[in-house]
Amino acid sequence: MKEYRTINRIAGPLLFVQKTEPIGYGELVNITLADGSTKRGQVLDTSDELVVVQVFETTAGIGRDSGVRFTGEAIKMPVGREMLGRILSGGGKPIDGGPEIVPEKRLDITGAAINPYARGSPEDFIQTGISTIDGTNTLVRGQKLPIFSAAGLPHNNIALQIARQAKVPGSTEEFAVVFAAMGITKEEANAFMQDFERTGALERAVVFLNLADDPAVERTITPRLALTTAEYLAFELGMHVLVILTDMTNYCEALRQIGAAREEVPGRRGYPGYMYTDLASIYERAGIIKGGKGSVTQIPILTMPGDDITHPIPDLTGYITEGQIVVSRELHRKGIYPPINVLPSLSRLMNLGIGEGHTREDHKKVSDQLYAAYAEGNDLRGLVAIVGKDALSERDRMFLEFADLFEGKFVRQGIDEDRTIGEGTLDLGWNLLATLPVEQLSRIDRELIEKYHPKFRAK
Amino acid sequence: MEVTETKNQAGGVLKRVAGPVVTAVGLDAHMYDVVKVGNEELMGEVIKVDGEAIIIQVYEDTTGLRPGEPVENTGLSLAVELGPGLLTSIYDGIQRPLAVLVDKMGSFIERGVSAPGIPRDKKWEFRPLVKAGDEVKPGSIIGEVQETNIVHRIMVPPNVKGGKIRSIQGGSYTVEETVATLEDGTEIQMMQRWPVRVPRPVGEKKNPTIPLITGQRILDGLFPIAKGGTAAIPGPFGSGKTVTQQQLAKWSDAEIVVYIGCGERGNEMTEVLTEFPELQDPKSGKPLMERTILIANTSNMPVAAREASVYTGITIAEYFRDMGYDVSLMADSTSRWAEAMREISSRLEEMPGEEGYPAYLAARLSEFYERSGLVTTLNGDSGSVSVIGAVSPPGGDFSEPVTQNTLRIVKVFWALDAKLSQRRHFPSINWLNSYSLYLDSLSDWYDREVSPEWNLLRTWAMEVLQKESELQEIVQLVGSDALPEAEQITIEVARLIREVFLQQNAYDAVDTFCSMSKQYDMMKAIRAYADQAYAAQAAGVTPTQIITIKAKNDLPQVKFVQDYGPMLDGILKSMEAEFTQLRSSA
Ligand SMILES: Nc1ncnc2c1ncn2[C@@H]1O[C@H](COP(=O)(O)OP(=O)(O)O)[C@@H](O)[C@H]1O
Ligand SMILES: [Mg+2]
Repeated sequence: MKEYRTINRIAGPLLFVQKTEPIGYGELVNITLADGSTKRGQVLDTSDELVVVQVFETTAGIGRDSGVRFTGEAIKMPVGREMLGRILSGGGKPIDGGPEIVPEKRLDITGAAINPYARGSPEDFIQTGISTIDGTNTLVRGQKLPIFSAAGLPHNNIALQIARQAKVPGSTEEFAVVFAAMGITKEEANAFMQDFERTGALERAVVFLNLADDPAVERTITPRLALTTAEYLAFELGMHVLVILTDMTNYCEALRQIGAAREEVPGRRGYPGYMYTDLASIYERAGIIKGGKGSVTQIPILTMPGDDITHPIPDLTGYITEGQIVVSRELHRKGIYPPINVLPSLSRLMNLGIGEGHTREDHKKVSDQLYAAYAEGNDLRGLVAIVGKDALSERDRMFLEFADLFEGKFVRQGIDEDRTIGEGTLDLGWNLLATLPVEQLSRIDRELIEKYHPKFRAK
Repeated sequence: MEVTETKNQAGGVLKRVAGPVVTAVGLDAHMYDVVKVGNEELMGEVIKVDGEAIIIQVYEDTTGLRPGEPVENTGLSLAVELGPGLLTSIYDGIQRPLAVLVDKMGSFIERGVSAPGIPRDKKWEFRPLVKAGDEVKPGSIIGEVQETNIVHRIMVPPNVKGGKIRSIQGGSYTVEETVATLEDGTEIQMMQRWPVRVPRPVGEKKNPTIPLITGQRILDGLFPIAKGGTAAIPGPFGSGKTVTQQQLAKWSDAEIVVYIGCGERGNEMTEVLTEFPELQDPKSGKPLMERTILIANTSNMPVAAREASVYTGITIAEYFRDMGYDVSLMADSTSRWAEAMREISSRLEEMPGEEGYPAYLAARLSEFYERSGLVTTLNGDSGSVSVIGAVSPPGGDFSEPVTQNTLRIVKVFWALDAKLSQRRHFPSINWLNSYSLYLDSLSDWYDREVSPEWNLLRTWAMEVLQKESELQEIVQLVGSDALPEAEQITIEVARLIREVFLQQNAYDAVDTFCSMSKQYDMMKAIRAYADQAYAAQAAGVTPTQIITIKAKNDLPQVKFVQDYGPMLDGILKSMEAEFTQLRSSA
């Protein structure tokens, strides 16, 4: 393999290299510095005379005297069962002091798109033990359900609680967790690692750590390494894999930085115009294969800049993922954990995973009714602030109280409280609905009311 | 995907590769020629000619392509294959059948694999409808094939001159075999090809006068789209674009449905694929899949093929229209199509227009919607293509270019509203902002087919909803008890219209489809309550008494019952009895 010493420009994370042989688009590039250390990069643009290389690490130390080798192949990830229990850098190198990983396979990290015709229908209910998820925004195997949070909110605790408690009732199949950190602080990473160790989850986990002080550009490959690993564990070894990606906001910032370095015409608020397509190439790597065994379920976490859900990062994410769990500062201030605001939250695959044969026949209607009643009560809070409680009708007062009750009992739960779907969550929902007159439960058919409503159940 | 006509070929070489757009030199090519790129012969299309440089968008992943690899011009333009075998298929954006690709390369989409759009080896039973000596023109129907429960009419292609039939014979044929020969020697096969970027010719465009009945109350009842009409459904994520489009694909009374998943989720296509074969067309009782063609170029599939997917879909829709069918086409989402244009355009370093979209965005959108319409076909029949496009505005802000340019073209606007979806009010179509410009041209149909009262009921309901929104503003300031009595009743009537009529659960086995006569009965029942309520109030009954009438609490239950007649009658009777009692004790 020929080594070029023809870097003629370095701008941000990009190298412009003159070359004489044809170089493939997307090829992996090795760069050797004067001191003998090496860095990696990827071809972004290749033409007769010039190649543009994006370096995954800092370009510090790279100069015109550095050597550039084009490897002739796309970036590959060595994968194997041995990876379980290991901690790797954001670039995929072991950093836990353990041995090098002996790969069973080397896979292209871009990953091919699953043929939509080959996808299986995700319908296995995952019980997380958290009522606002299981009851009203149900997660199913093969789904991508992000947590939309913001700085200073307990999204990591929620993610950890899900990772600890998640199970498919009745299933004994092998599972694994793939955890990819992008630009999070050492402290946050430690919290994750300690929890994994405390609960023994680490044994079944593969951890990729790109921390805040690691190179930003590396973040653009970390989730791809993680997903390549997850796909291997799921689709080749048949495991059910939960992938946690945090923080996607840092990933998007890295994309923006590269776009700027390439002097591209920026899209909305400075992010690249292709960010939707780029994010889709990550998020769509969740799912199950028809007739296959394993599954990849994704829980990406992102922090909404300025708590703004219309910001391009949450916005484009929400357009791709199958719903979102929204963490609310207001509930957090009220001291409620987990501070999940169900109103803007959504699980699009919920309907496939609930009801008879999955959870319980009344699930959908109870959920709808809880939403409607809580939304109504929540609206009235605004009105009360203006006209006072006395100006409310009796009906309005009941809904107002329902909203408080819902937050206090249904939303609020312990950080280790693992509620079952039936008695833990749905029956709790019924108990709260029972504080409203039966005729206000317009979303639920009479039959179900007579079967599950506490007033009738008692008889 | 195949291509039309062969010209001379001239080879070139790759000069530059940067993502889905590549540059070749030494290639004798014209705009929109289909080319084969690189050693793996990836399919691409010429999108710019700049001196020596030929700029090509590639429909497959370009990783690994190197400068110096060959580029070959096929001399043809991007075209779809049309003929028996289309129905029930699922294609990618360039008409590669996804089921066949799974057989060829497994569960993941690899590149460099091609497959014909319609099967070559399958034999179809062809029944001629004309005989030797008959005169045929472009578009004439010469025979038919029972494809699914749908009859596939075999037409003289629009680009064939026509003339006298020399020979034609029924029997079992593949799509490439000749079924008829004209006097001048022209052979006609069941398969024809048509370039996707060119609208198929029609006799004449007509004004639509018949609604596309969708079984969705807020659509049929308040904001109907005509057969051959256009509608846009913009909304932020999670507001119900996809569910609404799927409801239309399932229940609208079109004869053929083309559903394009353009840059959206893979799992959504899976959902359609698993559900549709099991659902029955309420009219024919046949599986819905039999009238459906799916195009799935999901968000993670190549962006250039996403750009093409919309054209592939509309061309197939036009083809069935030409047979005299009513076709409806859903594109979810046109914003992803526009973004694909933007992505390609920015790689061409074209001067960006608003928000980075190319300056030709508006033109492309209107060319696309222009391909809809109720027409007289070349054969003299009546056929239609209705187009319903989802729009995904960034941040849910309708002032952005794709929404705005679309609204300038389409005649129906179904405005989705996140505030409603957060309350789980579905479909979350805002009744105050939405509109249909077809109301006048469709009102005769409603008079005739539903009831002479319908148009009045509709106007009344809209007035109540409008009034409610004004009253709500007052309530926000002073509370509802401060409203005059009659207006408190108006608020209650509006609540009934919203919760009983407008809310409709797509996931309830019964409520998912609501016939026009049921819609009429439901609205009439709400009106009956309103009339009696105002009368009672005038007679001195208090609003609280009127609002807490028991019988009306059962009205929502009517939605979930198939044979709702007896139940509704019962409710109306008890309601009357309650009112009579209230009035007499007042
Ligand atoms: N008519 C409806 N009935 C019941 N639920 C609906 C309806 N429309 C939308 N929903 C709910 O809203 C969610 C989001 O709808 P979807 O159409 O996927 O939104 P969008 O395409 O606008 O992002 C669905 O998963 C479903 O839960
Ligand atoms: Mg959608």
